[in-house]
Amino acid sequence: MADRQRPGDPLDPDAAISVRGLVKRYGDFTAVDGLDLDIRRGEIFALLGPNGAGKTTTVEICEGYRARDAGEVRVLGEDPADGTRAWKARLGIVLQSGSGDSQLTVRELVSAQASYYADPRDVDEVLALVGLTEKAGVRGRSLSGGQRRRLDVALGIVGRPTLLFLDEPTTGFDPEARRQFWSLIRSLRELGTTMLLTTHYLDEAEALADRVGVIAGGRLVEVAVPSALGGRETAPAVVSWSEGGARRSEATATPTAFVAGLAARFPGEVPDLAVARPTLEDVYLQMIGDAR
Amino acid sequence: MMTTTATPLPPLASVYRSRVSVELKEFFRQRESVVFTLLLPVLLLVVFGAVLDFDLGDGVSFTQYFMAGIIAAGILGASLQNMAINIATERSDGTLKHLAGTPMPRSAYFVGKIAQVLAVTLASVVVLLLIGVVFYGVDLPSGADWLTFAWVTVLGAAACTLLGIAISSIAKNGRSASATVTPFALLLQFISGVFFQFSEIPTWMQTFASIFPLKWMAQGLRSVFLPDALAADEPAGSWELGRVALVLGIWCVLGLVLCVRTFRWQDR
Repeated sequence: MADRQRPGDPLDPDAAISVRGLVKRYGDFTAVDGLDLDIRRGEIFALLGPNGAGKTTTVEICEGYRARDAGEVRVLGEDPADGTRAWKARLGIVLQSGSGDSQLTVRELVSAQASYYADPRDVDEVLALVGLTEKAGVRGRSLSGGQRRRLDVALGIVGRPTLLFLDEPTTGFDPEARRQFWSLIRSLRELGTTMLLTTHYLDEAEALADRVGVIAGGRLVEVAVPSALGGRETAPAVVSWSEGGARRSEATATPTAFVAGLAARFPGEVPDLAVARPTLEDVYLQMIGDAR
Repeated sequence: MMTTTATPLPPLASVYRSRVSVELKEFFRQRESVVFTLLLPVLLLVVFGAVLDFDLGDGVSFTQYFMAGIIAAGILGASLQNMAINIATERSDGTLKHLAGTPMPRSAYFVGKIAQVLAVTLASVVVLLLIGVVFYGVDLPSGADWLTFAWVTVLGAAACTLLGIAISSIAKNGRSASATVTPFALLLQFISGVFFQFSEIPTWMQTFASIFPLKWMAQGLRSVFLPDALAADEPAGSWELGRVALVLGIWCVLGLVLCVRTFRWQDR
């Protein structure tokens, strides 16, 4: 909880990404409105937020694609507005829009991308990591949606990035493809890559992220580990059971004691007993609702 | 602490080589672009060569005249049309944005495109010459004419490439670029002395055509393929090679200024 940055805090020189008071306007519309954020080295940070909340704008300013109107930004110690080639060589970027149609084969595309870096990863190793070894000879434009996304990730990591941006990497994936993708991201974490992930899927953020930030209305409204977001871990639990043919439920701060009481009242098992904490989705919807 | 040691970058020459290889593969593997850019002029040469083989005087057939025009049109297709459509497509499908996020030196992108235009231009010229000579008895240029052939081709391709890159920035995507550029190129071909003799076209159309590079490319190439006696048939009474170089040179400068001012690495 103490991880929120405030406008007055100095930029964190050790952070992979450090942002203070970021503002971006498009005409009359303020897309990012005084955003503060620190992303630590080596962590997976998930940025959540509804469409139009300023997620992609924030990420694209950090990637060097967009100019900001106010605020300070340091990515790997440099201002993205300078965008030197040496700085870009330490980033990997997986854009929402992907990397285009191509007549080149998967191997040729990854090799071409590798040629932009002085010390790239081995192309076959990268193909194996993203699970495209069998598609190495297939042209980029002939890949399925999920395979294309994996190709985008291959292009993002072949340069051995210190920091990897993943903008909605699994949109349009079936559940199995998403699970495979998650294990890919976890193996990248083991290689020490810092990752900034934006996603619409709360289960994805919960499964992958070390910390989650919620953007609403152009501001970061909360940063926390997924299990603690929105005071989830201390929120009242809801105990529910069946009694006299009806479904009963009780919100309580002391679920253990309450269940013990129930157990004493029933001779055997408590019928249909369940104890639930608010899900990440519950607290998330609450938060973005409050910010509106 | 953040390490601030400079990240090494690969030598420029190796990135250039890599981009040239990418661009050549992208073009020659795409059936549509090969058919559209390389085979269309060939088809036109075959049809027009067979139908319009009348005598222009001095025993010179129209095919010899058409040879100059269709090569100029081939260069236009390989450079202006190809670049306008190709780069507009790469801008709208995210290819350009992706590249801008890598440490690739931006010059490498343009080096790759120039190599693509040169390769396609060369392929187009060679195929057209071959068919002209083998099937229609076209006389190859001789001596100093080859030199004129070379500079008109290179200068014309350069002007049209730059213009094509500039046009790509106006188009929303490849399809809209194609819808704008293709009819315009066809119009220019009709009034610039490709399909008809330039001297037979109404003066006001000649004046309009004279604004654009194609007319001058075709005229420069006619000096290569036609005997000097036929220069008298030109509206100016000569090949005007100095003016050809001047107009194409001005288009190069203008095209370059437009490119620098309008080129974008991402969609708005």
